[in-house]
Amino acid sequence: MDYETLKLVWWLLVGVLLIGFAIMDGHDMGVGTLLPFVGRTDLERRAVINTVAAHWEGNQVWFVTAGGALFAAWPLVYATAFSGFYWAMMAALWALFFRPVGFTYRSKIQNASWRSTWDWGLFIGGAVPPIIFGVAFGNLLLGVPFHFNDLMMSTYTGSFWALLNPFALLAGVVSLGMLTFHGANYMMMRTEGPIYRRTRTASLIFGVLTLFAFALAGWWVATSIDGYAITSVIDGNSPPDPLAKTVVIAEGAWMLNYNHYPWTIWVPIVAFIALAAGILFARLHKAGLAFWSSSTACAGIIGTAGVSMFPFIMPSSTDPRSSLTLYDAVSSHLTLGLMLGATVIFIPLIVIYTSWAYKVMWGKVTTEFISANDKSVY
Amino acid sequence: MLTEELVDLSRLQFAVTALYHFLFVPLTIGLAVILVVMELTYVITDRPIYKDMVRFWGKLFGINFALGVTTGLTLEFQFGTNWAYYSHYVGDIFGAPLAIEGLMAFFLESTFIGLFFFGWDRLNKWQHFMVTVLMAFGSNLSALWILIANGWMQNPLGSEFSFVTMRMEMTDFWAIVFNPVAQAKFVHTVSAGYVTASLFVLGISSWYLLRGRDLDFARRSFRIAAGFGFASALSVIVLGDESGYTLSESQQAKMAAMEAMWETEPAPAAFTLFALPNEAAQRNDYELQIPYVLGLIGTRSTTETLPGIREIKEKNRERIVDGIKAVTALEQLRRNRDDAAALAQFEAYKADLGFGLLLKKYIVDVSQATPDMIQQAVDSTIPRVAPLFWSFRIMVALGFLFLALFSLALFHSIKGNFIEKRWLLRWALWFIPMPWIAAELGWIVAEYGRQPWTIYGVLPTHISVSNISVANVYGSLAGFIGFYTVLLIVEIYLMRKYVRLGPASLGTGKYHGEQAAGGALPVNAPANRI
Repeated sequence: MDYETLKLVWWLLVGVLLIGFAIMDGHDMGVGTLLPFVGRTDLERRAVINTVAAHWEGNQVWFVTAGGALFAAWPLVYATAFSGFYWAMMAALWALFFRPVGFTYRSKIQNASWRSTWDWGLFIGGAVPPIIFGVAFGNLLLGVPFHFNDLMMSTYTGSFWALLNPFALLAGVVSLGMLTFHGANYMMMRTEGPIYRRTRTASLIFGVLTLFAFALAGWWVATSIDGYAITSVIDGNSPPDPLAKTVVIAEGAWMLNYNHYPWTIWVPIVAFIALAAGILFARLHKAGLAFWSSSTACAGIIGTAGVSMFPFIMPSSTDPRSSLTLYDAVSSHLTLGLMLGATVIFIPLIVIYTSWAYKVMWGKVTTEFISANDKSVY
Repeated sequence: MLTEELVDLSRLQFAVTALYHFLFVPLTIGLAVILVVMELTYVITDRPIYKDMVRFWGKLFGINFALGVTTGLTLEFQFGTNWAYYSHYVGDIFGAPLAIEGLMAFFLESTFIGLFFFGWDRLNKWQHFMVTVLMAFGSNLSALWILIANGWMQNPLGSEFSFVTMRMEMTDFWAIVFNPVAQAKFVHTVSAGYVTASLFVLGISSWYLLRGRDLDFARRSFRIAAGFGFASALSVIVLGDESGYTLSESQQAKMAAMEAMWETEPAPAAFTLFALPNEAAQRNDYELQIPYVLGLIGTRSTTETLPGIREIKEKNRERIVDGIKAVTALEQLRRNRDDAAALAQFEAYKADLGFGLLLKKYIVDVSQATPDMIQQAVDSTIPRVAPLFWSFRIMVALGFLFLALFSLALFHSIKGNFIEKRWLLRWALWFIPMPWIAAELGWIVAEYGRQPWTIYGVLPTHISVSNISVANVYGSLAGFIGFYTVLLIVEIYLMRKYVRLGPASLGTGKYHGEQAAGGALPVNAPANRI
């Protein structure tokens, strides 16, 4: 496979990994976010937690692997984004700390305040990372203040607070809403009784919230956010060198792909249809269909951000030629090829054994089940 | 500007978070395998006590594993947040084993750990055994890939520098995978994990035996730990020696510092058992040596010499002087990619590029480096001797004590009289923390001993950091210390609690002082009201 094709394939693959993360780890983050609200008693909360008890650990590896793949396939993006968004990354990381210990330690001690503390820890671990990842995506669409020197050392010149601008916060709402909606749909499949009823209400609220927030963000991008465009000729087969290109900031540039490749408009359309369908199915008590709809919505929403910015990944607002694109922020031909091979072999295997794990553990988690298996469940 | 303060703080944060992470890793790797051994015994004999053993030691495994996962996330983030230039410069090579680790190992380990804990009633015993095997296989496989990445930092082969992309690029993946340093590190590290877990099981079982409780349960656990621990302690020493052999070829500076060997000695060199290294005078104030031993271990011959610190420094001086020419040519090339003269000069000296970059610590334009700066750079190529010398010796001494302990434990297990040997049980109990000390010291030898490089001979630590403000790193370091202190207290509290409860925590009704732990609050107790 030639280098240019490989670069395009990796753009798709990183997208697949992010979507995989949103669908898999996203639903247990949604469960964490809703935990303190849909579970009123200790037994109810344990039922909620045990819908993901056997799976959250494997799901979290989607996140770890997406990070590892970013490092391996787009090292400049990994280096520049993580160091630039320093405090955002620390906040996401520290919020994620609450998950492994929260899940594992919560029910190991019989003490109401101990358990309540970890419940709120699981809430933080479920809600904060999606907000931060959404805010990060919002800032990517706006452009990020950074530049490289001659030796490709990056310097970020913005501040943490500048990341929390209105548009980026809206993107954070889209992200949180999407994953909470998705988590609620998952939980509808695995719970019953009062937990189910509260979860369904949550699904409807967050589904509608996401639909409106996504529409508003789309309108905002279409009307008042400047995009970026490459003005030099792209040679996709040349060695990656961000500084070799020229880039302009242009009004409406984020809409250009939809004009050049009209079929891409289906990506946001699918996102809208899937969100609407998810809300409808939740209303109709079709939990399984609602879950598949919100999974599709995750793909559509992440895909919309990707398609709008294509081929940019991380545009620079202060030094546009330093912008990182899928052509020039990537690894060598050999590494991309090798990693493609590893991905093609292992992702299907992972999907197979993960599905088996869900199949083994499938079924409604009831409070009666928790009481009966007190010592062996979370 | 990359100040020394920024670099030191970034290093300190990495050291704190990596050493802390490594408090949980060895036990995970080792205990997973011990669980496989116990469960295999269960599926073959069908005796419920072995199932209880898997479930009880599995509970302790779970408490430990949670923090292993938590602190592992930090390391995934930290290369990007605090070592951005490193991530750019070597991501093409270093990122690949990390990503493969996720795809091949973490998914396996983490997916099956869920079924390990919650699948007992949904799987038949052979299926559950297979789940445990895959979980253990995954955790050991993750050690392999991370140590391939680490081995490349110690002995960077299969790659070359490109001035267009301004980074190292992979040329031979299999050379990186079969890097002898990585392979030696892998077997040494997993064996160390097996020793850690064996001593953990041995020590806790001894405590039950000393207290005269859960005798049958503790006796069987003790025997498994003694056998497995003996084999592991033997391999950790033999394979540790292998690790010394390979490192003497690729990392002579580390070897010389570890051995406080200032001068090149005639072959075969003596092994210094004890010394008081004097950094300023570049000699040992006092030393006690065993003739020939180091030469035999290090070179596997009686005629090859091992270079001393002075000799290595003189070689490095030449490389630094040549490196200046490489850096200067590279900087011209970065301004004008078509500069033929610069390209010719760069090609001639690029092998010493890393050594030239060492001077970036002292001056931006390295062509203006003074003789004094060059001398400082030369001196910096040898890590400080005393910490390495002592870390290594304490680690090795502990290794032999582990072997002695496990030999006696195995001997008395076979004779069947270990319950009467209370001194042996006490020794095992009080020795529980020692493998952690040995493992942490091992990391200090490996990583501190690699200084001043992140990638040996290629990329100096000084320029590997992210160009961020010092205040950021102070803040995040304080955050890590805060979080990690609280988490450690919680973890040790839970670990002690469950060790004291013992197998009674399973609620089978068969064990010492059966009482509730974990479990339900009174039915429908409000969870919100505190």
